[in-house]
Amino acid sequence: MHVDLYERIWMWAASAMIALFLAVVAFSAATQAVHPPGEVETIDPLQVRIQGEFAAPGVHRGPGGETTVVVVAEMFRFEPSVIRVPAGEKVTFRVTSPDVLHGFQVVGTNANVMVAPGYVSEFSLTFPEPGEHLVVCNEYCGLSHHLMSGKLIVEEAR
Amino acid sequence: MSVASPVLGAFAADRDALDLLASRRLASCNFAVAIAAFGLGALMAVMQALARADLPVWFSSPAVYYLSVTAHGVLMALVFTTFFIMGLGYLLMRRAFGGLEWETLGWVSFWTAVFGTVMTTLAILSGTSTVLYTFYPPLEAHPTFYIGATLLVVGSWLWCAVMIRTWLVWRRTHQEPMPLAAHGILTTVVIWVLATSGLAAEVLGQLIPWSLGWVETIDPIVARTWFWWFGHPLTYFWLVPAYVVWYTILPRVAGGLLFSDKLGRVVFVMFILFSTPVGFHHQFVDPGVHAGWKLVHTFTTYAILYPSLVTAFTIIASLEVAGRMRGGKGLFGWLRTLPWRDPLFSGVALAMLTFAIGGFGGAINAAYAMNTVVHNTAWIQGHFHLTVGTAVTLTFMGATYWFLPKLTGRRLALRPLATWQPYVWFGGMMLFSLTSHATGLMGQPRRVFSSSYFGDEVAGSWRLLTGMSAAGGVVLFVSSLMFLAVVVATWRWGRPVTEAAELEIEFAAALDPLPERRPVWDRIGLWALIAVVLVIAAYAKPIYDLLSLERYGSLPFRPF
Ligand code: HEM
Ligand SMILES: [Cu+2]
Ligand SMILES: [Cu+2]
Repeated sequence: MHVDLYERIWMWAASAMIALFLAVVAFSAATQAVHPPGEVETIDPLQVRIQGEFAAPGVHRGPGGETTVVVVAEMFRFEPSVIRVPAGEKVTFRVTSPDVLHGFQVVGTNANVMVAPGYVSEFSLTFPEPGEHLVVCNEYCGLSHHLMSGKLIVEEAR
Repeated sequence: MSVASPVLGAFAADRDALDLLASRRLASCNFAVAIAAFGLGALMAVMQALARADLPVWFSSPAVYYLSVTAHGVLMALVFTTFFIMGLGYLLMRRAFGGLEWETLGWVSFWTAVFGTVMTTLAILSGTSTVLYTFYPPLEAHPTFYIGATLLVVGSWLWCAVMIRTWLVWRRTHQEPMPLAAHGILTTVVIWVLATSGLAAEVLGQLIPWSLGWVETIDPIVARTWFWWFGHPLTYFWLVPAYVVWYTILPRVAGGLLFSDKLGRVVFVMFILFSTPVGFHHQFVDPGVHAGWKLVHTFTTYAILYPSLVTAFTIIASLEVAGRMRGGKGLFGWLRTLPWRDPLFSGVALAMLTFAIGGFGGAINAAYAMNTVVHNTAWIQGHFHLTVGTAVTLTFMGATYWFLPKLTGRRLALRPLATWQPYVWFGGMMLFSLTSHATGLMGQPRRVFSSSYFGDEVAGSWRLLTGMSAAGGVVLFVSSLMFLAVVVATWRWGRPVTEAAELEIEFAAALDPLPERRPVWDRIGLWALIAVVLVIAAYAKPIYDLLSLERYGSLPFRPF
């Protein structure tokens, strides 16, 4: 098939650019474990507040010293509404909802996950610097959606 | 959009002209509904733009805001686009193939879609369906919201049938390649059928039975998966008809030739293949879907950048040809000779410029590391107002200026308004959208009535930009009014056209010679089949995995 020379050059350049994008994605996935969160875990939304870890949401320290933050996102608040985590350490978040979809976004960080009833969202993150962050719900969940917020306070490393 | 035959002045005696206009009535009626929906959607938009900047709007409240965003999203993204595309399909296919088959079915399609639209709009305005245009369960709308939307889609399927039938009948007696415009419209049809199969699974399989109370619970992640099976190709259902205008009409209006007809066909085929197996890029941060499948959909997402990059070259090259044919010289001198005062030309040119910016943002959204920064922030709202809200919409506005005389038999009225309207829209949208991108990066969520967050300091730092964004919204509204004024004034009071040529629809001729027999790119059925295989490969396993989890459904909620 005949294609104009300049256009052919452009098409090769476009292919190269896309190949480059893909290589970056594949490379960072393979070597630096940059993955989207892919937690596959279900939970009965009617039992969220009654039994299991989400009956007592909060910041927990495991036996090995690891920090797990268990959050319930519900119309129209987060529990706990103020989260305190240490700086410079890996922190694992586990979030679910007993009602509708919500978002859990810590402004100014890479923490941003969808929260769905019936499923547990999980991701880990290290906050390098101490400081205070606004936490917002970023998925429409009803008429007070814009009020649904909280705080995340990163404290000096212990 | 006159229903009765317009007065054609001295030209009125010409029966052929009257017949021509009458034959375009089905297209006219679809365009009329589209433009009315646009007008209503634009009215809601200003209020939203002001409210989310925390500016005092006395008639606004959370209930009004979210109801309005629902109506705006549905009217703009689903009603305006679908009716406009159906109108364009009738207009261009009739021209390409010298007639339409099953035109009566086209009218059934129109009334079904109108009926469904009215039903859904009333459900929204009644306040019982404030679920936004994505209607994610377990937010539950009134059943008539879903049923109305279904009827709109059923209407559009009947339109697909008319398009396919018209092509098949023509093909029986023709060996040559079909006109490129028809190729693009059939591409749109295939994409739409693939897309709406996912929507049908969600709405018929889950939402309607659940909202009627026949089943108690619903799985929100399964629903989201079906929704985004639909949602991404939906964007190409909007975009490909705009590309049809860029490829087949723009070069002619610019006074030049299409640089490559062949590559246009290749581009359309790539859209058929890759527009659907990409939906998980909207679910990067969803629970319940394995990271591996998100990665697979990332790869196909980058593949779909390719046809748009090729389009950029072909169209810009076509414009250069036009500019030089008009006597332009030098490296960029040809740009100046282009018809910047023709509203089809300027509308499409500005649409393309906007799409370049929007496409760049899209490449960022698709990289999931960056996606976590922008997911569900105001960035997204900025992004789709550049793409569908401008690249597609401004193309459609330009196309409206172009076909209005051919549908009404009247010349454009209020010509200076038409000349400036695309520029005003472009300016308003840059203000509205670039500031939204910025506040999104700073963390402002989308879909919020107010973003003061109890006086939070960081939220306070968004204020200036949201205020500028609101100003952009006002400019956009002014531009919308200019557009509507030209349409109404032309239809009611435009001066009658005097020459038959003004009613002609002419496609751009191509620089490259067409083959005598139809090339493999014209085998739409074959490409559709391969596309189905790709969709199955991308979705069968993850959906099966999802369905085989131990799942707990959700009861309905109506927090509005
Ligand atoms: C008249 C100019 C327009 C203005 C001022 C405008 C403004 C807005 C605003 C302020 C929002 C709400 C954002 C939020 O709360 O997240 C919005 C949402 C939206 N707009 Fe527009 N818009 C305009 C035109 C359009 C056009 C032409 C389209 C598409 C054809 C469009 C499609 C949408 C969609 C799909 C939403 C999303 C609703 C949602 O998040 O549920 N808009 N618009
Ligand atoms: Cu919310
Ligand atoms: Cu997409």
